[in-house]
Amino acid sequence: MNAPPLLTLLTFIPAVGALAVIGLAQEQKRLARWLSLGCSLLALGLTLVLWHYFDSASGDLQFQERHSWVPTLGVEYRVGVDGLGLLMLLLSAVVVPMAMLASWNIEERVPIYFALVLFLQAGLFGTFTALNFFHWFIFWELSLIPAFFLIKLWGGPLRSSAATQFFLYTMAGSVALLLAFLAIYLSTGKFDFTELADMGRNGTLTSALSAELGWRSLNSRPLSLIIFSGAFLGFAVKVPLFPFHTWLPPAYAEAPTGTTMLLTGVMSKMGVYGFLRILLPIFPEQMHWILTPLLWLAVISIVFSASAAFAQRDLKRVLAYSSINHLGYCLLGIFALAKFTGIDAASATAKSAALNGVFLQMFNHGLTASALFWFVGLLEQRSGGLRGLDDFGGLRKVMPAFCGMMGVALFSSLGLPGLNGFVGEFLVFRGAFPLVTWATALSTLGLLLTAVFILTILQRVFHGPLNQAWSKMPDLTLKERLILLPAIALMFVLGIYPQLVLGVINSTVVQMVRERTF
Amino acid sequence: MDWIVQWLWLIPVLPLVAAALGAVVKQRQRRLAAFLAISSMALALTLSCVAFVNALQHSGQGSVVRQTVDFFWFQFGDTQMSDTALRLGWVLDPLAAVMLVMVSLVGLLIFIYSLGYMAHDENFARFFCFLSLFASAMLGLVIANSLLLLFICWEIVGLTSYLLIGFWYHKPSAAAAAKKAFITTRLGDLALLLGIVWLYSQTGTLLFYDGGHGCLEQSALAKLVAQTTGLGMGVSTGIGLLIFCGAIGKSGQVPLHVWLPDAMEGPTPVSALIHAATMVAAGVFLVARVYPLMAAHPVGGAAVPGALQVVTWVGVITAVFAASIAVAQTDIKRILAYSTVSQLGFMMLGLGTGGVAVGMFHLITHAFFKALLFLGAGSVIHGCRDEQDIRRMGGLRKLMPLTFATYAVGMLALSGFPLIFSGFWSKDEILHAAHGWSTPAPFYLGCCGALLTAFYMTRQVCYVFLGESKAGVSPAAEARAAHAPQISLSVGALPPDGGQAGCLPHSPHESPPVMIIPLFVLAAFSMLLSFIGTPAWPWFQGFLSGGSTTGGLGKLLDPQVLGLMVLSSVVVFSGLGLGWWLYGRPSMRNADQPDALERFQPDIFALLKRKYYVDEIYEGSVIRFNTWGARVCDWLDFWVWNGVVQLLSLLVVGCAWLNRSFDEYVVNPGFDEGCRRLTKGGALMSRFQSGRVQTYLRIVGVALTVLVLFLIWGCTAS
Repeated sequence: MNAPPLLTLLTFIPAVGALAVIGLAQEQKRLARWLSLGCSLLALGLTLVLWHYFDSASGDLQFQERHSWVPTLGVEYRVGVDGLGLLMLLLSAVVVPMAMLASWNIEERVPIYFALVLFLQAGLFGTFTALNFFHWFIFWELSLIPAFFLIKLWGGPLRSSAATQFFLYTMAGSVALLLAFLAIYLSTGKFDFTELADMGRNGTLTSALSAELGWRSLNSRPLSLIIFSGAFLGFAVKVPLFPFHTWLPPAYAEAPTGTTMLLTGVMSKMGVYGFLRILLPIFPEQMHWILTPLLWLAVISIVFSASAAFAQRDLKRVLAYSSINHLGYCLLGIFALAKFTGIDAASATAKSAALNGVFLQMFNHGLTASALFWFVGLLEQRSGGLRGLDDFGGLRKVMPAFCGMMGVALFSSLGLPGLNGFVGEFLVFRGAFPLVTWATALSTLGLLLTAVFILTILQRVFHGPLNQAWSKMPDLTLKERLILLPAIALMFVLGIYPQLVLGVINSTVVQMVRERTF
Repeated sequence: MDWIVQWLWLIPVLPLVAAALGAVVKQRQRRLAAFLAISSMALALTLSCVAFVNALQHSGQGSVVRQTVDFFWFQFGDTQMSDTALRLGWVLDPLAAVMLVMVSLVGLLIFIYSLGYMAHDENFARFFCFLSLFASAMLGLVIANSLLLLFICWEIVGLTSYLLIGFWYHKPSAAAAAKKAFITTRLGDLALLLGIVWLYSQTGTLLFYDGGHGCLEQSALAKLVAQTTGLGMGVSTGIGLLIFCGAIGKSGQVPLHVWLPDAMEGPTPVSALIHAATMVAAGVFLVARVYPLMAAHPVGGAAVPGALQVVTWVGVITAVFAASIAVAQTDIKRILAYSTVSQLGFMMLGLGTGGVAVGMFHLITHAFFKALLFLGAGSVIHGCRDEQDIRRMGGLRKLMPLTFATYAVGMLALSGFPLIFSGFWSKDEILHAAHGWSTPAPFYLGCCGALLTAFYMTRQVCYVFLGESKAGVSPAAEARAAHAPQISLSVGALPPDGGQAGCLPHSPHESPPVMIIPLFVLAAFSMLLSFIGTPAWPWFQGFLSGGSTTGGLGKLLDPQVLGLMVLSSVVVFSGLGLGWWLYGRPSMRNADQPDALERFQPDIFALLKRKYYVDEIYEGSVIRFNTWGARVCDWLDFWVWNGVVQLLSLLVVGCAWLNRSFDEYVVNPGFDEGCRRLTKGGALMSRFQSGRVQTYLRIVGVALTVLVLFLIWGCTAS
C-alpha cells in the first residue's frame, strides 16, 4: 500500500509526545503542559484529516495497513477504521485535550501526569484501530496501566483502594478475555477480527470450537457459551454492565477530574466498542441464545443505576451512576440487534436505527459526561474540595454563567431535544422498540429517573437561597468560558444537525446490519 | 405554493433569534432585550395573520386544504431497502392557522403587559429571553407537520416552563414547583415518546400529511386499525392512548394535574401565557392534531373508538374534579389554575364527544378570557403589594375600576354568561356534543362542572372586588415583599423611590397603562369571539373541518339547540346566584372569618381545600417509593454487589495467605531441612576429597589389594 500510514502515525504522535514529556524536568511544568496539549491537538488535527478523507459512502474498513508480523502464529500488524472506529478516534481526540485542560492546575509531578495521559491516548488510538487480536490486546492493556497510575498517584483520599479495585477488576476481565481468545486461536488458528467475524457469521466458529476443544462430554453449545462469556466478561467490566460495575463509582469519584473525564469519556467506550467490533460479529449465535438474560442486565443497568444515582450525595458519584445508566442504552441497542428477525426491510430499518443510535449515544455521552465532570471539577476547585450535593445552594445568583453552561450540559444528559443527547436515545428507542418491546418500555423508566436526579442537582446546587458561605464564589473567567464554549457548542450542533455524524457512520451501520441479517 | 407556506418557518424562528440574542444581551440592556422580544413577536403575529388569510382563501372547498413543506433532517439505515430518511416539516392548515394567530396575539399582549409587570425585576432581560424561547417553541409546535418535530418543540416548551416557573429561583418553593412541573409532565412525555416510536415503527413515517403517505392519512390508518395488540386492543388505540398520556401530563389532566397549581409560583405573565393560554393547551392541540388516529376504528367495531372514550372520560372527570377544588381555594392564582385544569378537561370532553372543532373552539376562547383573568389577577396582585390571598382583598372595584371592568368580562366569559360572551357559546357547543354521545353521564357531569365554574368565579369576584376592603396585608406577603424587593411595585401609581412615604403603604392602586391596555384588548376578544362559532353562524367549525358554513338564525330556534341553551343558561345563572347569595350578599368584614361553605359543611370543605389530598397521596406513595427505591439500590450496590466483590477479594487474599503459610511452614522448612541434610552429606563426602595424595594412594593400594583378593577368591571358587 502506498498511502501514508496515517493510523500508525496517529498512534505514534501521543506515544512520542509522551516520551518527550516524561524526559522533562519537574520544574518545566509549563513546557510539559503546553507540549502535551500541542501533541493532543496535533492528534485532533490528524483525526480531522482522516474524517475529511474518509469515504462516508462506504462501510468498509479504510486507511488499512497490513504487515506480516509473526506469520507462524497468525499475528499480523493490521489496522484500519470504519465509521465506528473513526467516530471513536474523533471522540478520543476531542476528550483528551479537554481532559488536559481540566488538569491544568495539577502541580505535582506535572511531566509524568501529562505523559501518562498521552500514553493513555496512544493506547486508545491503538485499541480503536487494531484489527488483529494480538496487538489490539496490547493496546487495550496499555491504556489500563496509565489510568491506574493516574488514579493512584493524583487521586482523592481513597485513591489507593479505588485504583487497586479498578485495576484488578479490569485485569480479571482482561484475563477472561485473553483466555477466550486463546481458546479461539487454538481451535481456528486465527487472530484476525474480520476473518473470525466471517466464521462467526456462517456458524463455522461454533463447530470449530467443539471439534478442536471437545472437553468432557460438553457439546458445542455450552462450550461456545463458556468461551463467549469469557470475552463478554472482559467487555462487560469495562463498560460497565450491571453487576460488574462496582469498581466504577469509587474510581470515578477518587480519580482527579481530568482522569475521570478520560475514564467516562473514552475508556468506557472501549467496552461498548468491544461489544460492537468483537462480540456482536464473532458471537452472534451465542448472544442470541442468551438474549433474555442480557436484556435484563441492560434494563437493570439502566433503571438500577439511575435510581442509585438519586441516593448519592457526592456530585461525582451521582454522575458516575448516571454514566452507567447512559451506557445501558447503548447495550440495550446492541442486544436488540442480536434478535433474529429474518431479512425484511422493517427489521433491517429498526436495526440500523438502533445501531446508529448506539454510535451517536457513545459519542454524545463521551462529550456530555466529560463536560459534566469538568464542571464538577471547577466547582470543587472553587469550593476548596467540596462537591457534595448539599454543600451548595443558590449558586446561580453568584455564578450565572457557570450555571447556564452546566445547565446546558445537564439538560443534554437528560436528553432534551435540541441538544445532542436526544437524537441518540431516540434512535436507540426507535430501533429497540419493535425488536425487544418490553425491555425498551421498561427502560423509559430510566429516562424518568434521570430527569429526577438531574433536576435535583439543579435544585440543590443552583437554586434556592444562596448559601452565604459561597457568596464570594467567582463565576467562570473569560478564559474558562472560551475553553468550555467549544464543548457546549458541539452539544448544540450535534443536537440540531446530527447528520454531521450520522452521514459518516450510516454506511458502516448498514453494512453491519446487512452482514447480520438472519 | 404560496410564499407564506414556504416561509412559514420564519414564524417560530423570529422569536428564536430574539431569544438567542437575548441570551447574550447584558442584564443592564433592558430596553434592548424587551425591544427584541416584542418586535420579533409583532413580526410573528403579522406573518401569522398572513398565514391565516392564506388558509382562509383555501377554505370552503369541501375538504381541508393542507399545505406542507418537508425537509430532510437525517438519514439512518439502508436507502435501498426502505425510505429511512427522517424528514421533518411544517403544515399550514386551518388548525395551525387558528393556533398561530391565537398564540402570537396572546403572546404579544402578554409580552407588552410584562413590560410593566416585570419592570423592576433585576433579571428583566433574561425574562424576555425565556419568553421568546417559549414563544418560538410553541409556534413551532403549532406548525409542526411531524410528530417528532412536535415532540421536540413540546419538550422545549416544557423546558421554558421549567425555567419560568423557577424564574425566582431563590425561593425554594419556586425551585421545587419548577422541578415538580418538569418531572410530572415528563412522566406523560415518556409515554408519548413510546407512542411515537411505536407509530414510527408501524407506519415508517412520522409526517402527519405527506401526499397520502403520512401517518394520519388513509393508508397508514388502515394498516394500524387492521392490527391488534396482545391485549386485544387495536394498535391505533394503543398508540392513541400513549400519545394521550403526553397530553394528560402537559394539559394537567387527572391524575397528572398536580403540577399546574404549583406552577403559579412563576411570575403572573408566565402563568397567563404558559400555564393558561398556550402551553397547557398544547395537550388539547396534540389530541386535535392526531384526531384521525384517535378516531380510527375498524369497520363494524365499537361505535366510539376506545381512545376517544378515554379522552372523554378523563376530560369530564378532570373538569368536575378540578372545579370542585377551585371552590375552596383562597389564593387568587390557584383558583384560576384549578379553573384552567377544569376548562382543559372541558376541551378534552369536547374533543372526545364532538371532534376537533368543538374542542378547539373552547381552546381558542378560553385562551383569551383566561389570559385576561390571569393578567387581571396580576394587576390585582401588583396593586395589592404581592398579596395573593383573596380573603385579604375586597372592595377593589372602586380602587381599580379598569381592572375590575375587564376582570368582570373575563369572569362572565369563563362562567358562560349567555349570548355576548364567548365562553357561553364554546361551552354550549361542548355540552351539546356530550348530550349526543353514547352515554349520558358525561353530559350531566359537564353541567355540574359548568355550575361549579360559575359558582367559584362569583365567589372569587365577590371576595376580591366587592364588599369592603379587608386590606390587612398578610404576614406572608409582608415577608415576601421584604425579601424580594425586585417583585415589588409598579411604575405608574407609585413613584419609584421617595413617593412611598407620601402614599399609604397598603392602599391598592390601579396598574399602569402598559398593563391595562392588553387587558382591554383581551376583553374585547373575549366578547367578539362569540360571534364566530354560534349555531347561527358556525363559521369556526366550518373553517376547521373544511366544509362550508351552513347556519342561519333559524338554527338557534331548533328545539334541541334552544333547549340546551336555555338549560346551560339556567345552570350558569344558578351558579352565579348561589355564589352571590353566599358571598356577595353578606358583606365580609374580617379576613379570618370562615368561608360560608366551611360553616355549612366543614368536612367537605376541608377535603376540597386540601385538594382531595392528592399531593399527600403522591408524597406518600410515588415519592416515598422513589426515595426508598433509591436507597435500596444504593444499599444493594454497597453491601451486596460490592460485598460480593469484596468477599471475592477476601477469598483471593485468603488463598494467598494460605499459600504463604504453606510456603513458610511446610515448603520452606522442608526445603531448609533438605538443604541441611544435603550440607551434611556434602560435609561427609568432602572428607573423601581431602586433597592429600598419600591418602589417595593409600586408598588405591587398599582397593587394589581387595580387588586382587577378590579375583583370587573368585578363581579358586570356580
